[in-house]
Amino acid sequence: MVVEAEAQGGAGELAQRLLAGDRRALARAITLVENGTLEGRRALALLYAHTGHAHTVGITGGSGAGKSTLTGALAHELRKRDRSVGIVAVDPTSPFTKGALLGDRIRMQELTRDPEVFVRSMATRGELGGLAPATVEVVAVLDAAGKDVVMIETVGAGQDEVEVASSADTTVVVLTPAGGDDVQAMKAGIMEVADVLVVNKADLPGADILVAQLKALTTQASRGRLETPVLETVATRGEGITELADAIEAHRRRLAASGDLERERLARARRQVLALARHRLLEDLVRLTESDGHLDEIVGAVARRELDPYAAAERLIDAAAAGQ
Amino acid sequence: MLRSAQHDNDTPRAAASSCHVSRIRDIMPVTMTNERPVRVLIAKPGLDGHDRGAKVVARALRDAGMEVIYTGIRQTPQMIAEAALQEDVDVIGLSILSGAHLELFPRVVAALKERGVDPGEVLLFAGGIIPDEDIPALNKLGFQAIFRPGASTQEIIDYVRRWTAERRAPVGSGG
Repeated sequence: MVVEAEAQGGAGELAQRLLAGDRRALARAITLVENGTLEGRRALALLYAHTGHAHTVGITGGSGAGKSTLTGALAHELRKRDRSVGIVAVDPTSPFTKGALLGDRIRMQELTRDPEVFVRSMATRGELGGLAPATVEVVAVLDAAGKDVVMIETVGAGQDEVEVASSADTTVVVLTPAGGDDVQAMKAGIMEVADVLVVNKADLPGADILVAQLKALTTQASRGRLETPVLETVATRGEGITELADAIEAHRRRLAASGDLERERLARARRQVLALARHRLLEDLVRLTESDGHLDEIVGAVARRELDPYAAAERLIDAAAAGQ
Repeated sequence: MLRSAQHDNDTPRAAASSCHVSRIRDIMPVTMTNERPVRVLIAKPGLDGHDRGAKVVARALRDAGMEVIYTGIRQTPQMIAEAALQEDVDVIGLSILSGAHLELFPRVVAALKERGVDPGEVLLFAGGIIPDEDIPALNKLGFQAIFRPGASTQEIIDYVRRWTAERRAPVGSGG
C-alpha cells in the first residue's frame, strides 16, 4: 500500500491523508474528482476499495419543498444516533452563464460546528436529471472518508429528474401540500422512485388530504409488496424527523435482508461503468474528428440538408475509426 | 470572451446560431474541457442582517460564470472557515455593515489557519461600510481589496478574474 501510494505521487498522499481523517484532504479530493482531473481519478482508484460502507440516501422533490431544511434536520437526527454524515447538495448551473448560486448550505450552516458532518455543494454543470456530473464519484469519496450516511440532495426536481434513485440505496421524495394534487403525483417518474414519501410543511392546509391520497396510491401500487411509507414532517420545527430517520434506516435493513442491496449495487455498477465508457468514447470521438476537420464537415453537411443526422452520426464514427 | 458581455443579450444568441461545432462543445460537461469554474464563498460574519449587498455580489459573480456558495446571514468566523474548507473555494468574499470588521475578520483568518487553510492560497476580499483608516489593517490581514459603497460589480468580477487567471496555471496539483 505504501509503495503503491508513493508510485501514485500526490494522489497517493492525498488518499492517505483522507483515510487518516484529514478534512482538508477530503475537500481537495472532492474538487479533483468533481473536475474530472487525472489526479482525481488516481485518488478515487486508491480510495475505491474503502467504499461500500456508507448508506446512501437521495433526497429529491420540487423546488421549495424543503429538501435542504429536511436534509439538515435529518443530519442532526443521525448525529444523535452517532452516525457520521456526508451531504452532497446539488444546485443548478445556469445554462447561459455557466455560473451557479449554491445556496443549500444556508439551511445547513449549524451543522458546520460538528466535525463529523461534511457538506459539499455541487453545481449541475450542464448535466440533466437533477444531479451533478460527478455526484456518484463524490459520494464514493465521502464513503471512503468513513461517513456512515451520505445524503444526496438533488436540484429541485419536477417530474422525471429521477437520476438520484439509481445513485442511492434509499430515495426519499419530498412533496408539499402546495405542490398539486394526487394526479401530479401519479404522473410517471418521481413517485415510482420513492422508497420513502414525505409530505413536508405538513402544518399547511391540505396536508391531510395529500397524505390520504398518497397512501391510497401507494397501497394500490404495492401489489402485495411492502408499501412505501408516507410520512409527515415540518422540517423547520424538526417535527416527524425521528420517524423519517427510522423509515430510512428500516428501508436499508430491508434491502440488506432481502438481497436487493447487492442486486441494486450490481446494477448501479453496471450503469456507472457503461456511463463512464460512453463518456470516454464520446470524448475520443470528438477529439479525433475535430482535429482532422471531419466533425465540421459532417455537421455542415447536415445543416445544409445534404446528409441526414443518422447517416451523419454513422459517418462520424467511421471517420473516427479510420483516423485512429 | 462570452462571459465579459454579461448584460449583452445579443451575444449568446449570436454565438448559438453561428457555429454548430461550438454548440456541440457547449453541451459537453465542463469536466471534458480544461476549464473549471472558479468557486467563491460569499459570507456575512456577525450580527447585521443587511444581506442585499452580499446577494448582489453573489448574483454578479454567478452571472460571470462562477460557482458561488452563499451561506446566509449571521455567520460565526468558525462557520465561515468551515464552509471554506469543505467547499474548497478559491475565493472568499466577506460582507459586513456592522462596523465589526476589525473584530471579526482576524477571527475568520485565524479560524482558516486553524483548519489548515492557508489564507495566502485563497483570495480574500471584503465589502461593506469600512472606513479609510481601517483599510491598512485589513490589507495586512490578507484582504487585498475592499469594495465600498459605489464600487461596481464589474470591478469585483474583474478583480476576482485577474487573481484567478494569475493563480490558475498550477491548479489540480494541489494537496
